[in-house]
Formats: sequence, C-alpha cells, structure tokens
Amino acid sequence: MAETTAFELVTPARIMMAVDASMVVVPGSMGLFGAMPRHAPTISTLKRGVVEIYVNGSVSGRIMVDGGIVDVTEDRCTVLAERAVNLDNASRTELEAQRQTATNNGNTREEEFLDAAISAL
Amino acid sequence: MANLKDLKNRIKSVKSTQKITSAMKMVAAAKLRRAQENAEASRPYSTRMSAIINSLASKASPETAPALLAGTGQDNRVLLIVVSADRGLCGGFNGSIIRATRRQVEMLKADGKTVDLLMVGRKAKDALQREFADIIVDSKEGVQGTSVSFADIDTISDAIIDRLENGQLDRCQIIFNRFVSAISQEVTIDTLVPVTIDEEAEAGAENEGKAPYEYEPDEASVLTDLLPRNLSTQIYAAILESSASELAARMTAMDNATRNAGDLIDRLTMVYNRTRQAAITTELIEIISGAEAL
Repeated sequence: MAETTAFELVTPARIMMAVDASMVVVPGSMGLFGAMPRHAPTISTLKRGVVEIYVNGSVSGRIMVDGGIVDVTEDRCTVLAERAVNLDNASRTELEAQRQTATNNGNTREEEFLDAAISAL
Repeated sequence: MANLKDLKNRIKSVKSTQKITSAMKMVAAAKLRRAQENAEASRPYSTRMSAIINSLASKASPETAPALLAGTGQDNRVLLIVVSADRGLCGGFNGSIIRATRRQVEMLKADGKTVDLLMVGRKAKDALQREFADIIVDSKEGVQGTSVSFADIDTISDAIIDRLENGQLDRCQIIFNRFVSAISQEVTIDTLVPVTIDEEAEAGAENEGKAPYEYEPDEASVLTDLLPRNLSTQIYAAILESSASELAARMTAMDNATRNAGDLIDRLTMVYNRTRQAAITTELIEIISGAEAL
C-alpha cells in the first residue's frame, strides 16, 4: 500500500503543511469526503470544519479550516484556506488569547472560527 | 569666513544625522528580509487560486458569469486602488506612485470615464487629497508592513463588491510598486475586475489531457465562492509586494543619505583643519612681527 496522494494545505501566508498522505478527509460543502489516490478530479468548496490527514491508515494530522476550496486530482489534494489552525500543535491558552484579541477588535468571524477550533481540540 | 566653533557644530550635527540614517538603513534591511519572505510565501496561494479560476472561467458562459468575473458589461466607472506607504523617507517610492496615479486618472478622465479613488497608505492620500478630494471615496491606514492580516483586506474587497452590486463600479484597478529586486521597484497597474484570464495558462490546462474536473456543489457556486476570495488574495499579494518595495526603497535611500553625510563630513573636516591652520599661522606672524618691532 505504497500509493499516496500529495497533500498540501496552503494559506495566503504560507504553505502550512505538505505531506504524502494515504487519505485526506475534507469538510466539503456537500458533506465530508475522503480523497484517496486515484480519486476523480474534483474541485469543491469547503465549509468550516476539520481536515483529517491519514498516513498509513491512521490520523496523523488535524487542521481546522474556516471554509475554503479543495482541488483534488488523481495524485494530489490541495486545500486553499484563508484561516487555518493546526490542531496538533496549537495550545488551548494560545488560541484563547487569539480569541480574546479577536473579540477586542470586534472581528466576529475570527472569533467564531477560533471558538470552533478550541472546541475541536 | 566661518569660524571654528560654527564648523565644529556643523560637523557634529551632520554626524548625528548620519547615525540616524545608517540606523534606519539597518532596520529597513532587517525588515526587508521578512517582508520579502512574506511576499514569496503568499505566491503559491495566489498561483493556485488563479489556476482554478482560469479553468473555471473558460467554462462559464459570458451571459451568466458573475459580475466579478466578467464585469458589468459597461465600462464607465473605474475604481482605482492606490497602494502607497504610511511613512516617508523612502526615496522615490511614494512619488512614483503619486505620479502614476495622476497620469492614470487623467487618462481615464480623457476617455470620458468616472474615476473613484481608494487610498491605501497615508502618503499618497496626503499628496492627492487636495487635488482629488471629490473622487477619493475611502482611505485606509495601517494596512502595511510585515503583519498585514487577511481580515483587513476583506474590508477592502467587501467595499469593492458592494460598489459593484450597487452599480457604482464597472472596472477596478490597483496601482502598487511591484518588488523586482532590492534596488529596483516597478509601478504596476493590475486590473482586478473584470478578471483577466491568462490565455496561455488556460491552453496549458486544456492540453494536459486529463479527466475533466467534477465540481461540488456545481460550477456556478464554486465560482461565486471563489471570486471574492480571489479578489482578496490579489489585493493581499499587491500590498505585500508594496511593503517589500517600500523597505527596499528606504534601504537604498538611507544608504545614499549615509554616504552623502560621510562625504559632507570629510569636506567640512578639511575646511575646519584649514581654518585652524590659518588661525595658527596668523597668530605666529603676529608674535614674530611683534618681536621684530621691539
């Protein structure tokens, strides 16, 4: 089972993650779907939710995204998201601090997103 | 002729100016690295975004395409987004943006179009607000530097979409300094609305001969979701480029200033020494001729 799909998560600021995954589950706006190698080429919009990256059959990474778009081809899977939080190396206190600044700035969208990220930790 | 005390003070003040300019140069150089990295890091996102837009745009029919993609079908009212710096002391950076804006506004007006301006950055606004007070619709400050957040950009693109929906805009262009290298910046005018479709990239995508994409939920809704994001992404990229250019321009300008100050110090020191010697010689002559007279 050597076949993998090249997964990339790109935000406007940087390429957040780039790994070869055996499956990626993304929160499509029509429902969750898994992108495996040789998946039919698909472009789908995403809703707020968690992208799960499977390497060798187990979850190796979870990233919260605030909507976005995914571009799946037979050999790669690219997620474009404006806001994303890597749930594996994010700390609760840090996210709560960010949430506090968002509240102070009156940025409700950011606030809701961070709330969702905190509860998904 | 300047006396010794005046010259000494003058040298001291030029020296302290030189210290300031060389510190500013150092700060700009350090920040430039960060800004350049930011600008480069944002490129993968925008190239991928435009690749998807390209492949979708070729499929959308012109009649049903959203206004953000195809425009309103008219070309009467143009919104110019002008990206300049919040701070000065960066050589020709702001000046060239201001000149380009003036030229573009005149050209568009000569074509009989209504022009609106949205200013990002304080310097261009300060310079143009007297001349173009009636057409500046909004201005933003503090959307600069190494920590631009995407949320700030969203307010700009929301304003553009609002104007488009209210029929206040047919075309939208952005004027900014593109970062070419640390010593050269290039004033660039890009059209944001309607979306320019890269013919070559499109042809390349078609030639790959791969299975056609499936769109979820469907092409039209993917496009409606994607276009506002694309708009924000392009503005974001332009502002990052402009920030990197600003720092590069400041670095070069401050480097020149430091060198000029150095030259001036050398010249003043020479005049100072000459004057000092002349004073000593005069004193000696006075003493000697005084002794001879006895």
